[in-house]
Amino acid sequence: MSELKKTPLNEIHRKLGGKMVDFGGWDMPVQYPAGVIEEHLRTRNHAGLFDVSHMGEFFVEGDDAIEFVNRLTTNDVSKLVDGQAQYSAFTREDGTVVDDLLVYRFDDTKLLLVVNAGTTEKDWEWVTSNTNDEKITLTNASADYCQIAVQGPKALEIAQKLTETDLDSIKYYHFTVGKFDGVDAIISRTGYTGEDGFEIYANKDFAGQIWNKLLETGGYGFDNGILPAGLAARNTLRLESGMALYGHEISDEITPLEAGLGWICKLNTDFLGRDALQKQKDEGLKRKLVGFEMRDRGIARDECEVYIGGEKVGYVTSGSPAPFLKKNIGMAFVPAEFAKVGQEITIDVRGRKLAAEIVPMPFYKRNKN
Amino acid sequence: MANNIPDNLHYSKDHEWVSVEDGIAAVGITDYAQNALGDVVYVELPKEGDTFEAHDVVGSVESVKAVSEIFTPVGGEVTEVNEDLNDTPESVNEDPYGAAWLFKIKMSNPGEADAMLSPEEYEEFLSENE
Repeated sequence: MSELKKTPLNEIHRKLGGKMVDFGGWDMPVQYPAGVIEEHLRTRNHAGLFDVSHMGEFFVEGDDAIEFVNRLTTNDVSKLVDGQAQYSAFTREDGTVVDDLLVYRFDDTKLLLVVNAGTTEKDWEWVTSNTNDEKITLTNASADYCQIAVQGPKALEIAQKLTETDLDSIKYYHFTVGKFDGVDAIISRTGYTGEDGFEIYANKDFAGQIWNKLLETGGYGFDNGILPAGLAARNTLRLESGMALYGHEISDEITPLEAGLGWICKLNTDFLGRDALQKQKDEGLKRKLVGFEMRDRGIARDECEVYIGGEKVGYVTSGSPAPFLKKNIGMAFVPAEFAKVGQEITIDVRGRKLAAEIVPMPFYKRNKN
Repeated sequence: MANNIPDNLHYSKDHEWVSVEDGIAAVGITDYAQNALGDVVYVELPKEGDTFEAHDVVGSVESVKAVSEIFTPVGGEVTEVNEDLNDTPESVNEDPYGAAWLFKIKMSNPGEADAMLSPEEYEEFLSENE
């Protein structure tokens, strides 16, 4: 077995009592002593701090940067303005998903692509092997950067104490380059929790400094202070918010249209996989991703089979208790004709056939001021 | 972290404990097991009157992240289940040896409890498997 990769915060996670697990080849905290439920609730009600340094960062620079990324991603990169970010996906010729990602536009010759940790090598191979004769320089900066996410209703207040940049002037899915705790950083108003918050990218050597300062200014240790939150809370937070996780709702065998991500597929632009997605759209989707709530007692888990009228019709992509909603929820693929709110489904949970019902997504939506 | 292992119980390698009174065994999961699972949110229990052989799967304890099957360490007939856990599954974390007993079973072979691990043996088993 090859040695697990570590983020620059590995020692700090251990000191904080993080329970470390192998996550896609990375040694990461799945939870800290407070536990996943408290970490989840604290992020919803106050603030949570997440180490996402394992994510990959690729810079695309040069005159044809926008043209290149537009050809490889489903969303319309030409619509971005300087300082704006965009959720998107790499698709193959057949429309299946190589990965989902964020595209950041610094200016018309510099873009940053942020990809998933477990797929970074695959994505790098994909990006570098799909160049034409565009004038671009590709840089895999994944090992140079840390990424720290502060999320929750108090995230703005906490992060603002560490920078002179007016953070509230950064709109959702926008970013700025500035000093954060005196360190050069990319400060992005994005996240994966369904809450307001920021993701801070900086040189990895400053990861510990930034992390500890955020804990300190966030009142770590107090009942309503910030809490470090592990991968388990990150997953339940994104699930409640109805966000896709690569390898679950989207994958090598799933198209973004099936996963309800038609909104990031701009079929009027010319990208790799566009024709397959256009064809799938024209012919009509055979299966669709839906959200469900358990009606019987019990928790559907990933890969549980879904039945309707005694027939096996699909499977659960992500299933879990939802700590904030206090319900057992999940997402599943079902045939398009059954993909409607109120549809009753049956889920095989380790041999028990349990009732569930299709409900609207997202399960959770924060109140915006 | 030191594991809490009361000295008046029998233990299994599946991290369960048994307390015997008048031929009836109360069964629960150990402190080590609840700690490894994390926040328990759901307990699926057997039914009164169910009969099992030792090591049969009789239910499950679920945390946010994981499912752990409950194996009965001893065979017999279930005489009582802890219905309180339906409403307060978190007591498995808070009081695994007390309020969070899972079920009671009338042992068909009381020797099965005696053959389980002693507290010392369980502690040694944990230290070998950490």
